[in-house]
Amino acid sequence: MASLKELTEREERLTGGHRLCAGCGASIIVRQILQATNYPVVVSCATGCLEVSTTIYPYTAWKNPFIHNAFENSAVTCSGAEAMFRAKKRTGEIPADKKVKFIAFGGDGGTYDIGIQSLSGAMERGHDMLYVCYNNEAYMNTGIQRSSATPLGAATTTSPAGTVIPGKKEYPKDLTEVMAGHHLPYVCQASPGYFQDLIKKVETAMEIEGPKFMNTLSPCPRGWRHANDAAIRISKLAVDCCFWPLYEVRNDTYALTGQSKLIADGKKEKVPLAEYLKPQGRFKHLLAPKNKELLDSIQEEVDRRWERLVKLSKL
Amino acid sequence: MAKPMALSGNFAAAYATKQINPHVVAAYPITPQTLMMEKFSEYVANGEVDTELVCVESEHSAMSACIGAAAAGGRVITSTAANGLALMFEVVYIAASLRLPITMCVMNRALSGPINIHGDHSDSMGTRDSGWIQIFNENAQEVYDTMFQAVRIGEHKDVMLPVMVNFDGFITSHKFERVDTLDDAAVRDYVGTYTPEHSLLDTEDPVTYGPLDLFDYYFEHKRQQVDAMRNALPVAREVLTSYARETGQNEYDIIEAYHLDDADVAIVALSSTAGTAKFVVDRMRAEGKKVGLLKIRLFRPFPVEAVREALAGVKQVAVLDRSDSFGAYGGPVFAEVRNALYDAESRPGIVDYIYGLGGRDINAVDIEGVYNRMLSASGRMAGDVQYLGVRGD
Amino acid sequence: MNEKTWKEIPIGGLILDAGNAAEYHTGDWRTERPVHILDKCKHCMFCWICCPDSAVIVKDKKMVGIDYDYCKGCGICKDVCPFDAIEMTIEGTED
Repeated sequence: MASLKELTEREERLTGGHRLCAGCGASIIVRQILQATNYPVVVSCATGCLEVSTTIYPYTAWKNPFIHNAFENSAVTCSGAEAMFRAKKRTGEIPADKKVKFIAFGGDGGTYDIGIQSLSGAMERGHDMLYVCYNNEAYMNTGIQRSSATPLGAATTTSPAGTVIPGKKEYPKDLTEVMAGHHLPYVCQASPGYFQDLIKKVETAMEIEGPKFMNTLSPCPRGWRHANDAAIRISKLAVDCCFWPLYEVRNDTYALTGQSKLIADGKKEKVPLAEYLKPQGRFKHLLAPKNKELLDSIQEEVDRRWERLVKLSKL
Repeated sequence: MAKPMALSGNFAAAYATKQINPHVVAAYPITPQTLMMEKFSEYVANGEVDTELVCVESEHSAMSACIGAAAAGGRVITSTAANGLALMFEVVYIAASLRLPITMCVMNRALSGPINIHGDHSDSMGTRDSGWIQIFNENAQEVYDTMFQAVRIGEHKDVMLPVMVNFDGFITSHKFERVDTLDDAAVRDYVGTYTPEHSLLDTEDPVTYGPLDLFDYYFEHKRQQVDAMRNALPVAREVLTSYARETGQNEYDIIEAYHLDDADVAIVALSSTAGTAKFVVDRMRAEGKKVGLLKIRLFRPFPVEAVREALAGVKQVAVLDRSDSFGAYGGPVFAEVRNALYDAESRPGIVDYIYGLGGRDINAVDIEGVYNRMLSASGRMAGDVQYLGVRGD
Repeated sequence: MNEKTWKEIPIGGLILDAGNAAEYHTGDWRTERPVHILDKCKHCMFCWICCPDSAVIVKDKKMVGIDYDYCKGCGICKDVCPFDAIEMTIEGTED
């Protein structure tokens, strides 16, 4: 793996001057991913915070080719560009040995919900591309509405913590597992807090031909109601409590990675879920004594999903 | 040298697509379009084209893939019908606004609901304001030739817009006719190569497609689209009228005037109905009746002046609309033609007949009836919107 | 900026000047200002890889400062620094 120092010698592909919020996880993830590869890249992006904030006409923060089409079609738009690349190699308009990497970004709304069909189709068709979900667990760009990625109990503007209903009532969909069910050459889950692990996964993905999927947790100071400087420590805590395990699935073989592997091996402590919830205003009500039972049940579900994953990683 | 082949509209479109040999075809099956894609898939499977065929999981994705592919700097073709076009509605607009000259066949079919698989124009008419050039075709021969013309028009530097090649579902899509075809080399020469100014694949000179465009520039970009549409009219006319000279194929134009010069009454129609109307015109002319037909091929941009000139001298016009525009004053073709005639020196009477919804047959007797009503009217017929061939009226 | 007419801009909403967002300075969003303390810095690059705004300046593999044109003052650089080599001050109170 290239060292961080080596990565600094590569050109920045996302310039400053974009208008994402101070402390946003999305641009951290994009920078970590783009710095992790030396190949020329073509990027597509779903409608969402990342897209609207980085390409406000007449400005673009992208120093690589970039396309935004609509909300639900980042994956298929990218697949179209990749198909053109293959066609032009076939006709000889592009040299056969030219390497370009295709990366599609989408938030959880554009990935888990409205874009899942486009994503599933593009992955099934086997396009040589990496799809990255920057998962901030709600529709942040439209004002923090719940998505199928929103954790149970989280307060959003369409699942507010009320006097009767304590936030979102359903557990989040496990999209990484849905993608694993596509039997792709590479599926992984990463966190910008553990950037070495994330970078390594990007490096791995870039050397694998075919469809790749990466799900990254993307802290959102506005939506998660956390301090502006907290994105990294919170995205580490998400891993430390096993709410967001780091793992990869290569040709159906599961492997825990980085911090999650250390936890599974007993080399690092698994912290209680409450430690992850505490710094986030969206979970504040869950820590009230009257919601203890609910909190306990969420902890149980986190444990259940984690233990299942540990078992899978031993297969 | 032209070679006659027996082709349906779908197979004519597929064969033309094979000869164009586009970089990417992305499509999703829908009746009555499927046979075009099946035939094209055979060409791909047999290595007869260089095309990358992307069999997507929906029409929304079909157009989205076309957009990604076209933005990556090459030639792209797709096809759909009815609900498929409705599903891709969002991205149909985006393709035009990104100025990507994609060619799309639409085998015109009634929109749901209730669900119906047969021909009417409600699908394409629903997208008439999307910024696509729209050409309506009477038969398989026109479909075949229009595919090449569409590529030329859309990719013209002053245009850079996507083009819809419309033909009637089942009536044209499935009927086999004699089609005079060009040889591959002639097609290659005619369509040439396409190298757009900007491409996503140009990693040395990166471009951003599809930024957030707010009140400070959105209007200017829309104004550019208006300009492109305006340019498309003379470009289309030039491409269509020079086609015969360049290829040796039939003569084409953006409209077709059939016995209009001395006609007292005229029908305006699109697509296959124009073929039936020609048969009726011939028969009634033989009886000495001064009837004529205006077939509109180019519906977007709408050829206002050509229509006005063609109908100058006609006293009475009946428009045949194969779709309705609920709540509007008549169907879409009526609205355009009537609008075009507003500034005519002598305005003919004009009425509208909505017909053939959901594939309801229109035959020679129906069309003859429309002519006879105009011929026997005691005065000017105007402002009337009727439903032709529906029970109860 | 100068607002151009429809005849003066590329068609299709394309932006041809890749990375020109750099002309747009977000530094004035800042309420807190990170200050780099060179003496304590071990150039581990944690701040660089975690900065959301590409605002950590690195030269020859050394962290040399903050780009205040873009830094929005989120404080992530301070949060991730293992060596206390970044301090946050209230914007406008420096000098």
